[in-house]
Amino acid sequence: MLQHSRTRVNDFAIKLANVNGTGSASANGMLMQAIFRMGIPVSGKNVFPSNIQGLPTWYEIRVSKDGYSARATEYDLMVAMNAQTYARDIQEVRSGGYVLYDSSWPLDRSLLRDDVNFLPIPFAEMCNTHFREPRERTLMKNISYVGALVAFLDIDHQVIEDLLTEKFGRKPALRDSNKAALQIGYEYAREHFTCPLPLQLERMDANSDKILIDGNTAAGLGCVYAGATVAAWYPITPSTSVMDAFREFCEKYRHDPATGRNNYTILQAEDELAAIGMVIGACWNGARAFTATSGPGISLMNELLGLAYYSEIPAVVIDVQRTGPSTGMPTRTQQADLLECAYASHGDTKHLLLFPANPAECFDFAVKSFDLAERFQTPVMMLSDLDIGMNDWVVPRLTWDDSYQPDRGRVLSDDDLERIPRFYRYSDEDENNVTPRTLPGINAKGAYFTRGSGHNKFGGYTEIPEEYRQVVDRLAAKHSAAASAIPAPEIHGPGSSRIGIVAIGNSDPAVREAIDLLAQKGIEIDYMRIRGFPFHKDVEEFLCEHELTFVVDQNRDAQLRSLLTLETGVPKDRLRSVLSYGGFPLSAQPVVNAIVEQLSGADVLAHEAQ
Amino acid sequence: MPSIAKPTAYHPSFQKNELGLTIRDYEGSMSTLCAGCGHDSVTAAIIRALWEIAMPPHMLAKMSGIGCSSKTPTYFVKGAHGFNSAHGRMAPIATGASAANHNLTYVGISGDGDSLSIGLGHMCHAIRRNLQMVYVIENNGVYGLTKGQFSASADVGSKSKRGEPNQMAPIDPVRLALSLGATFVARGFSGDKEHLVPILKAAFSHRGFALIDVISPCVTFNDHSGSTKSYLYTRKHELQATDADFVPLRTEIVATVAEQGVTDVAMHDGSVVRFRSVPTGYDPSDRARAMNYLMEKQNSGEVVTGLLFVDESVPSLHEQNNASETPLSQLPFDQLCPGSRALDSLQSEFR
Repeated sequence: MLQHSRTRVNDFAIKLANVNGTGSASANGMLMQAIFRMGIPVSGKNVFPSNIQGLPTWYEIRVSKDGYSARATEYDLMVAMNAQTYARDIQEVRSGGYVLYDSSWPLDRSLLRDDVNFLPIPFAEMCNTHFREPRERTLMKNISYVGALVAFLDIDHQVIEDLLTEKFGRKPALRDSNKAALQIGYEYAREHFTCPLPLQLERMDANSDKILIDGNTAAGLGCVYAGATVAAWYPITPSTSVMDAFREFCEKYRHDPATGRNNYTILQAEDELAAIGMVIGACWNGARAFTATSGPGISLMNELLGLAYYSEIPAVVIDVQRTGPSTGMPTRTQQADLLECAYASHGDTKHLLLFPANPAECFDFAVKSFDLAERFQTPVMMLSDLDIGMNDWVVPRLTWDDSYQPDRGRVLSDDDLERIPRFYRYSDEDENNVTPRTLPGINAKGAYFTRGSGHNKFGGYTEIPEEYRQVVDRLAAKHSAAASAIPAPEIHGPGSSRIGIVAIGNSDPAVREAIDLLAQKGIEIDYMRIRGFPFHKDVEEFLCEHELTFVVDQNRDAQLRSLLTLETGVPKDRLRSVLSYGGFPLSAQPVVNAIVEQLSGADVLAHEAQ
Repeated sequence: MPSIAKPTAYHPSFQKNELGLTIRDYEGSMSTLCAGCGHDSVTAAIIRALWEIAMPPHMLAKMSGIGCSSKTPTYFVKGAHGFNSAHGRMAPIATGASAANHNLTYVGISGDGDSLSIGLGHMCHAIRRNLQMVYVIENNGVYGLTKGQFSASADVGSKSKRGEPNQMAPIDPVRLALSLGATFVARGFSGDKEHLVPILKAAFSHRGFALIDVISPCVTFNDHSGSTKSYLYTRKHELQATDADFVPLRTEIVATVAEQGVTDVAMHDGSVVRFRSVPTGYDPSDRARAMNYLMEKQNSGEVVTGLLFVDESVPSLHEQNNASETPLSQLPFDQLCPGSRALDSLQSEFR
């Protein structure tokens, strides 16, 4: 074995290479949860295939006492449990790092590296001896490597025991086999290696006010709290768990024991065209309704998003973005639906978008989406992504203000209608250019014909240019007015730098870390995280105040940069792109590299010299 | 879709329904369809049926897609909200609307382009869900607004105005609906309003999805000789298979034992559909027999009309979802939001 390197406490990254469908996800999740419960800042990224069983899958855990949670690019310890990917996995370990592998079968000598430490443990062999059922043998192999890691990393034994008890408390037989499997791995590691390794976990107190949650669960919960009663969807990765969560929380909170009835309805649609149609129908009728989908679903929803925009019907869409175009890579992440969502549908259409950066914001913005949709009588799309939606993040505890009242926008009541001589749907606009609507079933005086065809301010059909323009001009003004109701951007940094960086969504942790790394190199940067569209006025201000702004986009075509150049007055040449679009969540180092490289470029220097 | 407001003219001789409304109160704006269009007769039948069953206008929701047929909701019940949505998308929009408020009565007016081509999938799924609505297809075998292309319901050999015969097999909404498990299936003919009114009234009492296919000739593009969807052809080949009366709940049913040859079907709301005549051996609650009968008659070129199948035993979508009696859109927020305490205790699971 190699000389042990310097001990790293609460600052390293582990990668676990598994075969999907073998139960590794729950073992890896437990490992992550144990570290979280030890009070240590931790993040986990599940890199999985679009497949049910048999293909390679990875789980990456980054432990960072400083709280950095972006995806790590260097791994100190590889738990290599998939012979199919040994070659690549072993190459990815940093020099001086460790490879834990299943030595039930010999490792091909050509895979050996002399700059890493190999930790052979015969997991399969031991589990085959201890357990009888084939499925149990497979599952317990996972728990036994967790046992080995408890020894190697000095994970608090009690925390793991508690987790197993909580998980299998009601199934004593399962709990006992899990505990046995844990012990097998633990004892083998202690007997054959010096434990712990110089990669160690030490209790901290960073997580007492935090929770471990994925964005889809948080978004589904947010929809329950917002008072959504109708949800319609067509199953699509990676958004399906939004609806799973909504269903689970509705079963918990929305079943009325007095009547035995449900205070919600979930409709599994025949396709995404129908899903958004159902949402629009329900919102037209006064319910709060939403759908959850991903890019291919947004493509199909384009038609009816235009109908909702033009006929001014609220609708909420949660878009958990995945890698496009077309089917793309369904289990990989991107921010590539930005332009499609901003201008979805034919004709002049613009929508309201929200960009949550983490699961906590998915919860808050889900609620915000309904308020905006009803206030502005228009579709609102919340653009999450696979990284936020499906990975567990450590975030501050969610909070709820019991004085919250939903903003239902301008809706005329029976009494309101009795008081006015006549009702015209698209007349009487307020300062936001919103006109009052009526709901069916209230009063015949409020009846009107909702239509996607050309209409005048009275709601009647028109083909007269002036009448048509009057309505669409108001829609444009309404969209602009919504900018002040969109959450303002978060701005960080000294404020004095000539260089800025702009990002949205899950780029946030990588950008924050990159800013710290750049500061160590003497490069000070101001950071603006945009949280919605149309852009708040602070967005343009920030861009104008900085001579050069880097725009981080997790897509090939610099979509955020395009949207900024289209929708603000900032000169295009003052915006530089930092792109990442391979499908993995953004890491800090590529951001640093891109910025350093571009700042050293001659044209940028020339620009700076001006 | 231009619409021309129609002044409501009242005459003291007009009869009033239970709500004190005259038939004029169920009208809408002036039709802008071609003179003689079958759709206007369907509109008239709908007006008559709604007046007779005393539907409160504001409790009706009129749904449609795009096409000539989809314009017609403007021509009836001006006191009801209407939703002229997008081509083929009426069914999902009605599904969402119904989920939000099941207390409204939904009537959808569609056409053969809307329902049998672009929106075929949606219609099939609305049938499967047994969505509570009356779904009328004004079926003329042709695309009117785009000037005369064949639709999916055009019969093999039926000729276009230019004389070209259609070669592809038609989609028959009645047989399709029966095969998908539809719970109320009927066919009418716009040339026979009197026959259509009781069918519509029964449809409004049905538990679930009521499909009414109405052969409604297009006078401009498909009423020529050689067309199998013309007035002449339909009159010549119509086979009124069943003749049904609708007996509303509030009417005392005197005859408890059905007369000879009369079959009573009890509707979910307590009303009764009384079949005065059915073909020998026909049973409107026997799906397989209805299918066979239709196949047999249609193969010999007959256009079978009447209320053809009723099944009141299948729960509607709202019942399947066990959703609250109070419409979801009317539940107060405090019944929907679990509040901060619940959130605090829930979060112990996220640790």
